[in-house]
Amino acid sequence: MAELIPIIIAKYNYWIYITLMMIGLFAMIAKNNLVKKIVGMNIFQTAIILFYVSIGVKKGATIPIIEHGHGEAAHHAVQAMDYINPLPHVLMLTAIVVGVATLGVALALAIRIYNRYNTLEEDEILAQIRKE
Amino acid sequence: MSDQYPALIVVVPLLSALIISAVGWVNKRLCFPITVAALAVASYSSIGLLFRVLDEGVIVYRLGGWQPPIGIAYYVDYLNSLVLVVVSTVALLNVIAAKKSIELEFPEKTAPFYTLYVLMVTGLLGIVVTGDAFNLYVLLEIASLTGYGLLAMGEDRAPLATLNYLYMGTIGACFYLLGIGYLYIVTGSLNMVDIAGILPSLYQSKAVLAAFIICMVGVWLKMAFFPLHAWLPNTYTYAPSASSSLIAPLMTKVMVYVMIRLMLTVFTPEFVFDTLDISNVVVWLAVIAIVMGAILALAERNLKRMLAFIIVAEVGYMVGGAWLGNRIGMTGAILHIVNDALMTLCVFLVVGNIVYKVKGYAFKDLQGLFRKMPFTMGAFVIGAMSIIGVPPTCGFFSKWYLIAGAIQSGHYEFMAALLLSSLVSVILFFRIFEICYYEPFSDHHEHDHQPEPMDEAPLTMLVPLLIVAAILILVGIYTGDIVNHIIKFAIPESLI
Repeated sequence: MAELIPIIIAKYNYWIYITLMMIGLFAMIAKNNLVKKIVGMNIFQTAIILFYVSIGVKKGATIPIIEHGHGEAAHHAVQAMDYINPLPHVLMLTAIVVGVATLGVALALAIRIYNRYNTLEEDEILAQIRKE
Repeated sequence: MSDQYPALIVVVPLLSALIISAVGWVNKRLCFPITVAALAVASYSSIGLLFRVLDEGVIVYRLGGWQPPIGIAYYVDYLNSLVLVVVSTVALLNVIAAKKSIELEFPEKTAPFYTLYVLMVTGLLGIVVTGDAFNLYVLLEIASLTGYGLLAMGEDRAPLATLNYLYMGTIGACFYLLGIGYLYIVTGSLNMVDIAGILPSLYQSKAVLAAFIICMVGVWLKMAFFPLHAWLPNTYTYAPSASSSLIAPLMTKVMVYVMIRLMLTVFTPEFVFDTLDISNVVVWLAVIAIVMGAILALAERNLKRMLAFIIVAEVGYMVGGAWLGNRIGMTGAILHIVNDALMTLCVFLVVGNIVYKVKGYAFKDLQGLFRKMPFTMGAFVIGAMSIIGVPPTCGFFSKWYLIAGAIQSGHYEFMAALLLSSLVSVILFFRIFEICYYEPFSDHHEHDHQPEPMDEAPLTMLVPLLIVAAILILVGIYTGDIVNHIIKFAIPESLI
């Protein structure tokens, strides 16, 4: 146990993203309500966004905006070590958009399912399908 | 002009999708011509690109002029120029064939349908043409999201089946994204060629191993590889015929292409087959996929569902062939991407025609169809022969390569599964021929019995179908040229 704690603390961002991912996966598999499954799916996607954002971090670095970036100062050499990596963050802007779009499509489908079966509980829907 | 082909392939359909959705508000009848024009441009560019690749070799296209590791580059080589031609041609033929059934099934929603259709083709073409791993994820989601929309337009259980597909598809795409994240941590690059250059010194790293496995699982989920196939049959069965005949031939096949691209370009065959000792396991999984796909298809009493399970088996062919670890198996897998896209299109177009005329696709609805729709059923026979693997249709040749590859690598279980699946296909299709040809059983003593008059599908549906059937035979006849001039150069020299 004593050895485990440093391992967890040293890489806590990975542990958090895996925990979140598993919560999302659990909700998608085990929950009966379709909207709860959709929420689980969103947690799953968010976990991966968190993973990407956390890998851009560097110790002692600041946000990637060059101070006085115009005129003379712009020609000074930029030390990559002084700034956190902005690329994963930029990628995740796209992934967030994708996540929102997926959520929208999923909720639209849920509305159509509700109109058809008058319920969003999966077992009740399956019971209705079996009856037909 | 021809310098810009790689960009045109994606940009023209993308912009047309916006135009179609805007024009749809004004005049719905303009949507179809714009769709056909956009897909025709994409198709023309991809064929032009294939000939350019044959002349000059690999083409690198820098979007916006940015240098590759920083900007996004489109790489067109022998492998994806072939897949591009298949994707754009299938999409073009299908939209022409599906026009009537779109107007019949949802007359109010033609404009949104064409918009989603063209966007989905944009996504698929983009997946194939891009050389950037993250760009591939974005285009994959474009293709998937529009695909969910197209599939959910069906009646009855379509929304529920599509929602299940959406859960699974999202997990698959997220896994791919996660794998790319691990690759980015160790290499610091997202460009496929760049990653491939950096990786060899890192092959012993656990992160690279994790990245590869996670990417593979994600892609397998998307292509419905056997234990992960549960979303496919219902989704394809309840979808409207115009969407299922686009998505069934293309989505799974494009994902197989992504798998082969990851195996051959991003990771090298040495890593996949030598460093990593899992190819035996994957081939066994493919064997189970083929056998289970065939058996589950045998249990169906419904043409469209039966074809959906055949797709599950076909995915097993391609994954198994790619993982055999030799040149012949890989050739078979790549050839089968082309062939399977075409023959799946052929049989699903037939289903579209049957649904248009008979309003059903259960086995009992198919009685007497040979008399009623002789040309449609003629094309169905060619498609079925190709799936069974009868020469000179193209299905025979890819199966031949796959079996030869299995024998060379000593995977006799894979060979046995291929032969078993061919035999099961014989049963599956001849059972349908029997129903369509002989039933309803007529009593010869009844003299007042009149045979049903011929009632063939409209020409716009029939002509594309007959073209596809002809292509099936032509591709079969010219298999040697395709293999010797294109696929031979698509596989790296190191794979023997």
